[in-house]
Amino acid sequence: MTTLIAILLDGAIYASWLFLVAAGLTIIYGVMRVLNMAHGSFYAIGAYAAAATVGWFFSGEHGNPYLSYLLLVGCALLAGVILGVVIEQGLLRFLMGRDEILMVIVTYALLLILEDATKLIWGVDPYFAYQPYRLLGISDIGDILRFANYDLALIAVAVFIGLAAWFVLNRTNKGRLLRAVIHDREIAIAMGVNVNAMFAATFVIGAVLGALAGALTAPAISVTPGIGVEVIVLAFAVVVVGGLGSIGGAAAGAVLVGLSRSFAVHIAPEIELFVIYGVMFLVLAFRPQGLFGQTLARRI
Amino acid sequence: MSFPKHLASSTGSAVAIAALVFAAGTWVLPPWLAFLLTLAFAKGLVVLGVVIQMRAGLVSFGQALFYCIGGYIVGLASQSLGISDAFALLALATGAGILMALACGWLLTRYREIFFAMLTLALSMILYGALVKSSALGSTDGFNVAAPSFLGWTPQGDAQKQALYLLSVAVAAAVAIGIHRFMVSSLGRVIEAVRENELRVEYLGLSPRAVLFSNYVVAAGISALGGGLTALASGHIDPDMAVWTTSGEFVFIAILGGTGHVFAPFIGAIVFSVIRTFAIQEAPHFWQMTLGVVLLALILFLPKGLWSLIARDKPAEVAT
Repeated sequence: MTTLIAILLDGAIYASWLFLVAAGLTIIYGVMRVLNMAHGSFYAIGAYAAAATVGWFFSGEHGNPYLSYLLLVGCALLAGVILGVVIEQGLLRFLMGRDEILMVIVTYALLLILEDATKLIWGVDPYFAYQPYRLLGISDIGDILRFANYDLALIAVAVFIGLAAWFVLNRTNKGRLLRAVIHDREIAIAMGVNVNAMFAATFVIGAVLGALAGALTAPAISVTPGIGVEVIVLAFAVVVVGGLGSIGGAAAGAVLVGLSRSFAVHIAPEIELFVIYGVMFLVLAFRPQGLFGQTLARRI
Repeated sequence: MSFPKHLASSTGSAVAIAALVFAAGTWVLPPWLAFLLTLAFAKGLVVLGVVIQMRAGLVSFGQALFYCIGGYIVGLASQSLGISDAFALLALATGAGILMALACGWLLTRYREIFFAMLTLALSMILYGALVKSSALGSTDGFNVAAPSFLGWTPQGDAQKQALYLLSVAVAAAVAIGIHRFMVSSLGRVIEAVRENELRVEYLGLSPRAVLFSNYVVAAGISALGGGLTALASGHIDPDMAVWTTSGEFVFIAILGGTGHVFAPFIGAIVFSVIRTFAIQEAPHFWQMTLGVVLLALILFLPKGLWSLIARDKPAEVAT
């Protein structure tokens, strides 16, 4: 019983993290049809910016330690907006409408560039920003289970972002326009939707979500080079399982992958990585469009 | 349309001449350059596997799967089975790659575009995940591969390196001629037709899936061969051979060289290896950035790769 609770909670924490990472990726794909490999770099840059700033914040007397949470979010916003605007306006705008697979390669090039840019800015030594993680303390669940409150708070953040995305997409005017673009870009253009502005906004939002995932993860890990490259394939697995371009799909994919991994970690730790991609492979084998994706008619 | 025969044969003799020139280099080239070329030819084989899939419009972000299988099969066969003959080891590696492709091909040929890319990536990451956790195979460290023998002859020291270099030249040349024949055969031509319009190929009474399946298996075979050759030449294998960034490197080289000709991936691999050697010495932190910038520049300004620079004046050969 205790093990089961541990598995479920671990799974929920991991799923929330996966959802945070994958949400931006799936939104960008849904609207722009760009499977953005550079999303891993957005995550890494968010993490570095947050870890460096929080490290500075705690290095001296800079006020109430709880302000560090605001700093985390602020760093993510700043990093995401800068990256999103520069990349969308400076590069992707000129390539829209090209083959999807070409865009994968273009964003792969971006990933390579941003990986080194990260090393140039922050160096190759690890950054630690554990204070916000410690600050929230630890909860005892049952007799032997101990969970960091920060991790549990992550679940709440993920649920909040999921609900916010749902609300914006389904209950606001802008969101409805966005869904029109997702559904049929050409008709949306014909109806007078400013698709270019939609693309720009979507890319910035996606980039901010990626950076936010990194910034919120930074206190729980040591921030080292290469985290972006690790994260992006996990995010791929999640969005592909759920169905590319769907927020609900990303949530379902995150839960499925998160729980599978947590079962693997507790029962057979040696197959941890194997399980994540195994789930992706199985879902694709039986439902190529993902759990929530729509099948597309073939073009002649 | 029948293909002009003289072009096919001219490529064959060009490969033979290039191979002889490189083979003559055995006694001229400095050892570091010969070693670099050995690895570049091996890499060129893997990239050729990526390239022939690109001709079908499919970008594999998981070709490292076969690269790694080839490497590990060579390592395992030499360590556990006691096989030391280079030719037998390479044959085993190729066979293993083909078997794996036969097992996965039925599934993968259902996918196109990014789904193909993602699924190939997932497969290679499954192998990576399994290898990293298997302590019997050295987990993340991998293990060393013993120096091979050649049909009973076991060279020592420099002769060993020279033999491996010659082997890589010979294998690369043989595969280049074979794949060229494949590319200009009727099956090879249908592959390009599948890229242009799959549905119409179906209307012509051909099965695009069967075509893509054969293509996938061929690509897997030569990529595994390249992996085996790499294992022999470098004397070491580790799970990083299967990680997705390795596949990304192959895609990079494929785009660098271009898909226009069977030579292109080898030219791409040599240029890539030479630049990397200097870049890592001079500016290790700029290496990936350089790659990224070059990749973007290629996509924007030279979409057919380096080969298009060479072939610009001879449009007839671009088609081959």
